[in-house]
Amino acid sequence: MSSSQQVVKRAKYKTTVKDPGTPGVLKLTQEKLVFKPNDPTSNNRVEVDFRLIKNHKHTKEGSNKPPWLNLGHSQGSYIFELENFSDLHVCRELVGIALSKHVEPPKVVSDEQLSPAEMTLRIKLLQEDSKLQKLHKDLVASGKLTESEFWATKKKLLDQDESRKLKQRIGFKNSLIFDTKPTSDGRINQVKFQLTPEIKYQIFALKPAVHQAFLNFVPSKMSEVDFWNKYFKAEYIHSTKNTIAAAAEAAEDEDLAVFLKDDEILENEARKKVRRVDPTLDMEADQGDDYTHLPDHGIFRDGSKETAEAQNTFYRRTLLQDLNRQSEVVLEGKTLDMDMEHPRTVAEVLARRKQESDGVIEEERRNRISKMTQIEDLQAQDDHRFAPLCIKDPRDYFDSQQVNALKSLDDSLAGKEQIRCNLGSEEAYGSLRESISKIKAIGLMDPLLSPEVAFKVLNGLTKNISSTKSHLGKSSQESVLDILPNTTKEKLLDHWVCSQELLRHFWSSYPVTTQNLVNKTKRMKDAISQIYSKLEEIKVSAKSDLRHQVSLVVHPMQQALDAALLHYDADVRKRNARGTKPNGYV
Amino acid sequence: MKFTIEEVTVYFPYDNIYPEQYSYMVELKRTLDAKGHCLLEMPTGTGKTIALLSLITSYTLSKPQSPLKLIYCTRTVHEMEKTLAELRLLHDYMVKCLGPAAKMLALGLSSRKNLCVNSCVLTAENRDSVDAGCRKLTASWVRALAAENPTVPTCEFFEQYERAGSAAVLPPGVYTLQDLRAFGKEKGWCPYFLARHMVQFANVVVYSYQYLLDPKVAAIISKEMQKESVVVFDEAHNIDNVCIEALSVSVRRQTIDGARRNISRMRQEIDKFKATDAGRLRAEYNRLVEGLALRGDLPAADGWLANPALPDDILKEAVPGNIRRAEHFMQVLRRLVQYLEGRLETENVEKENPVSFVFSILNQVGIDQKTLKFCYDRLHSLMMTLEITDTDEFLHIQTICDFATLVGTYARGFSIIIEPFDERMPHIPDPVLQLCCHDASLAIKPVFERFQTVVITSGTLSPIDLYPRLLNFNPVVSRSFTMSLTRDCICPMVLTRGSDQLPVSTKFDMRSDLGVVRNYGRLLLEMSSVVPDGIVCFFVSYSYMDGIVNSWNENGILKDIMQHKLVFIETQDVVETTLALDNYRKACDCGRGAIFFSVARGKVAEGIDFDRHYGRLVIMFGVPFQYTLSKILLARLEYLRETFQIKEGDFLTFDALRQAAQCVGRVIRSKADYGMMIFADKRYSRHDKRSKLPGWILSHLRDANLNLSTDMALHIAREFLRKMAQPYDKTGGTGRKTLLSQEDLEKIVFDGSMNDILY
Repeated sequence: MSSSQQVVKRAKYKTTVKDPGTPGVLKLTQEKLVFKPNDPTSNNRVEVDFRLIKNHKHTKEGSNKPPWLNLGHSQGSYIFELENFSDLHVCRELVGIALSKHVEPPKVVSDEQLSPAEMTLRIKLLQEDSKLQKLHKDLVASGKLTESEFWATKKKLLDQDESRKLKQRIGFKNSLIFDTKPTSDGRINQVKFQLTPEIKYQIFALKPAVHQAFLNFVPSKMSEVDFWNKYFKAEYIHSTKNTIAAAAEAAEDEDLAVFLKDDEILENEARKKVRRVDPTLDMEADQGDDYTHLPDHGIFRDGSKETAEAQNTFYRRTLLQDLNRQSEVVLEGKTLDMDMEHPRTVAEVLARRKQESDGVIEEERRNRISKMTQIEDLQAQDDHRFAPLCIKDPRDYFDSQQVNALKSLDDSLAGKEQIRCNLGSEEAYGSLRESISKIKAIGLMDPLLSPEVAFKVLNGLTKNISSTKSHLGKSSQESVLDILPNTTKEKLLDHWVCSQELLRHFWSSYPVTTQNLVNKTKRMKDAISQIYSKLEEIKVSAKSDLRHQVSLVVHPMQQALDAALLHYDADVRKRNARGTKPNGYV
Repeated sequence: MKFTIEEVTVYFPYDNIYPEQYSYMVELKRTLDAKGHCLLEMPTGTGKTIALLSLITSYTLSKPQSPLKLIYCTRTVHEMEKTLAELRLLHDYMVKCLGPAAKMLALGLSSRKNLCVNSCVLTAENRDSVDAGCRKLTASWVRALAAENPTVPTCEFFEQYERAGSAAVLPPGVYTLQDLRAFGKEKGWCPYFLARHMVQFANVVVYSYQYLLDPKVAAIISKEMQKESVVVFDEAHNIDNVCIEALSVSVRRQTIDGARRNISRMRQEIDKFKATDAGRLRAEYNRLVEGLALRGDLPAADGWLANPALPDDILKEAVPGNIRRAEHFMQVLRRLVQYLEGRLETENVEKENPVSFVFSILNQVGIDQKTLKFCYDRLHSLMMTLEITDTDEFLHIQTICDFATLVGTYARGFSIIIEPFDERMPHIPDPVLQLCCHDASLAIKPVFERFQTVVITSGTLSPIDLYPRLLNFNPVVSRSFTMSLTRDCICPMVLTRGSDQLPVSTKFDMRSDLGVVRNYGRLLLEMSSVVPDGIVCFFVSYSYMDGIVNSWNENGILKDIMQHKLVFIETQDVVETTLALDNYRKACDCGRGAIFFSVARGKVAEGIDFDRHYGRLVIMFGVPFQYTLSKILLARLEYLRETFQIKEGDFLTFDALRQAAQCVGRVIRSKADYGMMIFADKRYSRHDKRSKLPGWILSHLRDANLNLSTDMALHIAREFLRKMAQPYDKTGGTGRKTLLSQEDLEKIVFDGSMNDILY
C-alpha cells in the first residue's frame, strides 16, 4: 500500500492543539508535504520538505482524541486532524517512510573515533557473515541505527580474535567420506569426483598415510590431480572387496600401494595410544594372560569363534574399521581454524598438529580408575547447597533456590530475612474452604460463559484446523515456513531478524534518560512501524490458502512490535504529562 | 563403616551398605567357618567385589592365628585392575582404622608381557615372543655364558633382582600391574620375577582364572599356594567353558608342518650336543631315570608352561624307558606327527573317544598310552637340556605333546573330532583334529581338592543348581540374592515387532530378511534420538554384525544414526577395539553421545562395564545361541545328556540366556545407576526362553513390556528416562530400607529383622 508514492487526504490544519483548524487537502509524497486549505484565501497553506521534519506523532485509535498527525520541526509542529483513523494510518506510514528516507541519514553521524584495526575487523566480520551484512545494510545503511549502536550489541563478535578461538567451533562432520559419490555423464567411461577443501581435509584427517603421501609426492612427483586420481582408483579397488586384485595392483604400482596398504601411521599411533587407555578397559593386556587362545589350544571350531581368512588381510580394510576411525576423528574435533583453500597448507597444518606433547598420563589414568571404582551411593551424601532440579515438584526447587539466592546475595544478611512459613496446612485449607463457600452463597451473576460465544470461539478456532492439519500433520519436523513460497519465506525471515534487532535496541534504550536515547527510541519506533506495515502487507498479499499460516507466523511478530509501539506511546505521554523533570531526566 | 558379623569385625570402606551386601557377607562368613565351597549369585550393580574383599580380609584379621590367603581370580586383566583399585580403597580404610597392624600385601600377577619393563623385550608383538625374548636374556645358561663373555646381552633388571637376593621384597601395600612396573623401574628389579616370588608371601593375590584352571600355567604359578586359601572366581558364569577350553587342543595342518620343523631343528641340536657336550644328554637321561619329581631343582627363571593336569602320583613315576634317550623321543614324536597327519586326511567328519584313539595309535605306530602321557614333560625336559630359548618358535610341537598327554591321561569326558572343513565354508579344505573336553569338572577338580574354600560368584548363575552338577562339587552354601531396589532403576523390555509391526528375530530363516534388518536399524535410530549419552548394542555374532552394519550403511540408516551419535565397533583386532572403547567413553564423557556395537560372547561382553552414562540403554539384537551345527557342541550336548541328564534344548537356551543376561547386566553398577535393556527378538516373549533370565531381571520385566513394537518401546523409554533423571531418596524412604547406615545396620542386627528387609 505504501507503494503508492502519494497520499491525498482531507484534513484540518491546526497551528496549535487548541486551534479549531483550517479544513483543506493534505497531500503527502515521499519528498514533501503540501497542505492546501479549502479556502484559497487562507494563508495557512503549508509546503514543507520532509527534510525539515524531525519527528512525527499521532493519536492512538481508541483514545478520546481525534485522529491527529503531529509533525514536529525545529520551531514547533504541524498538526493535522484527519477525518478518520484509517486515513491517519495511511498518512502515518508514508510519513514514516519519508522521514526515514530524508531526515535520518544526515542526522545519524558516527560519533565514535574508530581505530583502523577496529574498522577492518568489522569489515571482516561483515564479509564473513552474509546475514550480518544484510542486517547491517538494512539497519545502518538505511539510517535506522547508527554504526556504533549496531555494533554495541555485537560486542562479543568484536572481542579480540584470540577469544574467538575458545568459542565453540564447528566440529567435524560425522558422515563417512566414501559418501563422496562420483558423477558420471553416462556417455563416456569416466567418472568425475567433486572434491571440496572440506572433503580433502576430511580425507587427510582420516587417513594419515594419504596425507603423508600427499606431502611427499605433491608437487614434486606428481600433480595434485594425478594424486587424487590415484587415490580414487585405490578406493575403487577397495570397494570391490577383491583383496587379491588389490594385492596385484599394489605390486605393480608402488604409488598406488601407498593407498592400498594398511595405514602404518595409524598403527603406530594406535600402539602409542593403547598404552594410555584406561586400564579398566584395556583388553589388549588380556592377551598376555590368555592361555586358552594360544594357537591350537582351546576349542578351535565350535562356532562361537569365527575364522577370518588370514590371507591378504593386509589389503583388507573393513567398513567397521572405517567407522571407528571416522568417529575417532570426529571426537578429536577440528583443530584448525584457517581457510582450507590450499590442500598443501592443510596438509602442513595437520602435520604440525601431530606434534603434541604427552601430558601427565599415568596420574590421569590412576585418577580415572579410582573414580570408576567408587560406588557413588554408598558414600556419605554430600551436602549440596543446591537442590537438584526436580520436575515432580518444581516448587521445592524454587523454594530452596530462593534461600540460596538470598544467601549468596549477601551472606551477612542471611540471618535477617526469615521467611514466615508458619501457616499450617489446616489453616490454609480452612481459608480456602471459607472463600469457596462464600462464593457459593453469593452465587455467580452470569453463567461462566454463554453458549453462543463459546460456539463462536470454537468455530473460529477450528475453522482452519483441517487445512493446517493437511499441510502440517505429515511430519512434526516440517515447519509452517517450509510450505510458504520461497520469496515470502525469505522476506518473513528477514523481517524477523530485522525486527528482533530493532526490538532489542528499542527495549535496551529504556528508561530514557538522555536526549540521545530519546532520539534513538524515536528512530526505533519509526523503523518498527515500518516493519509493522510491511508485515501487514505480506499478510494481505499472501495467497488465500496460505493466509492463515502466514498470519499465524506474523502474528507473534506483530504482537511484539505492537507492544513496543504501545510502550513508546505510553512513555511519551507519561513524560509529556510530567512536565519539568528532575535530575536531568529528559 | 565398621560392624560385626558373629564376632568378626568387618571393615567396610563406605559410609553406607546395601542390605544384600550385608547378607552376602553373612553367607560368606559361614562358608569360611565351615571351610567348604560356596556358590553365590548376586545381581550386578550391588557391589559384590567390595563385599567379598572386605569380609575376607576382615575375617583374616580377626583370626591372626590361622591366616587365610585370598586368591582372587578374574577373567581379564582389566577386571584385575578394577579389583585391585577397590582393594586399595579398602586397604586405605583399614589402615586408617587400625593403623599399621592392618597392613597387608596384595598384588596382581600377569604374564611377562604386562609386567616387563625391559624396553627391548617389550618391542615384541605378542605374549609368546615376549616370553621368549625374556628367556633369551634370563635363562640360566645364557647368564652363565654372559658371566664369561660380557658381550652376551642380559637383562639388567633381572640381574639386579638376582643380586638383591632375599632383600628383594615388596613392602606391604596394594600393587596393581602398573604399580609393580613403577616399583620395578624405581628399584631396578624385574617386576615379573619379583611378583612371582612375592605371590607366596602375599595376603591377597589377584590373577587370571587360567593361572589356576589351566594346568599348563597353574603348575608353575600356583604350585606353592597354601591349602589355607580362599579362592574366589568372580564373574564365574562362564567358568565351565573356561575349564573346558583349558583342556582342549586342536591340531591343524599348520600345526603338523610346524611340529615337523621343530622336530628337525631339535634333531640338529641333539646332534650338535652329541658332538660337543655329550655329558649333558647323559645327565638328563640319569635325571629322568630318577623320576620327574626331581626336576624342581631347575632355577625358577627357566620354568615355563608345564604339564597339563597330571595327577600327583605320576610325578613320582619314572619316565618310560623308550623315551628317555633324546633321539628315541624324537622318533616317537615323528611317528606321532605322521600318524596325526594321516588322520587329518579324511573326507568325512569322524568322531572317536580317547580310548579307541589311543588304541589305534598303539596299533598303527606302536606308541603306548603311558608313553603318550609323558610326552609333555619329556619335551619340557629336553628343551631345557638343549638350552632352547626361543620357545615361541616351538609352540607347535608343544601342542602335539600337549595333545598326546591329554589323550593318554583321560579316558572319559573327552572326544576327538576330525573335520575336513568348516561347515559354513565347505569349499575351503581346512582339516582340524580337535581334542575337546566335555567335562568341566576335570580342570577345576584340583582346585576344589587343594584349597580350603572356593567361592564361585557372579551376577548370573541361574539356574543355580546346575553349576554344582557341571563342576561336580558340593557347596556348603548355595544362594541367590535378589536386589532390593530403591526405585525401578532397570527397565527391561522385550521387543517383538518393528515399527511396521512385523516380527523381528535373528532366527536363521529371518536374519537376512531385509525387513528385519531395517526394523532393527529403525529401532536403533529412534532410540539414539531419545536416549542420552551411551547406547550399547550386542549382536549374536561377528559375521551377523558385519552384515547388518553394511546393509545399514547401504540403505542410509547408518548415516541417520550417525547424525545423533558417534558409532564405535568391536572388531576382531583387540588393539582397535580397546581404542574404540576408550573413544566411546570419551564421547560419553564429553556429552557427544555414542553407540557401541559389540558381540555377545565377544571380548567386550565378557568384561567391560557400561555403567552410568556409559550405557543408558543396551539392545540385545537376537538370542545369542551357539552355533548349533558345530560337531563339538553336539558332542558336548550328548555328553551332558548322558552324564547329567540335561536336555540339549535346555542347555542351549540356558547358555544363550546367560550370555544375553550377561550382556545386558553390564549397565548397572549401583542402585543410583539406571539403564534400559531391550531384548529385540520375538523369541524372548516365549516363556521357556524368558524364564531362564536371572530373577533380578525378570522381577522388573512387567507383563506390559513383554510384547512391544518399536513405537511403544520408544514411548516407554521416554517416560523411563524422564522419571529416572529425577532426584530420589536414596535410603528407600519409609518403606523397605535399601541403603543402610551404620545405625540402621546396628538396629536391624539387634532386632534380627534383616530377612524382613530382603524378602
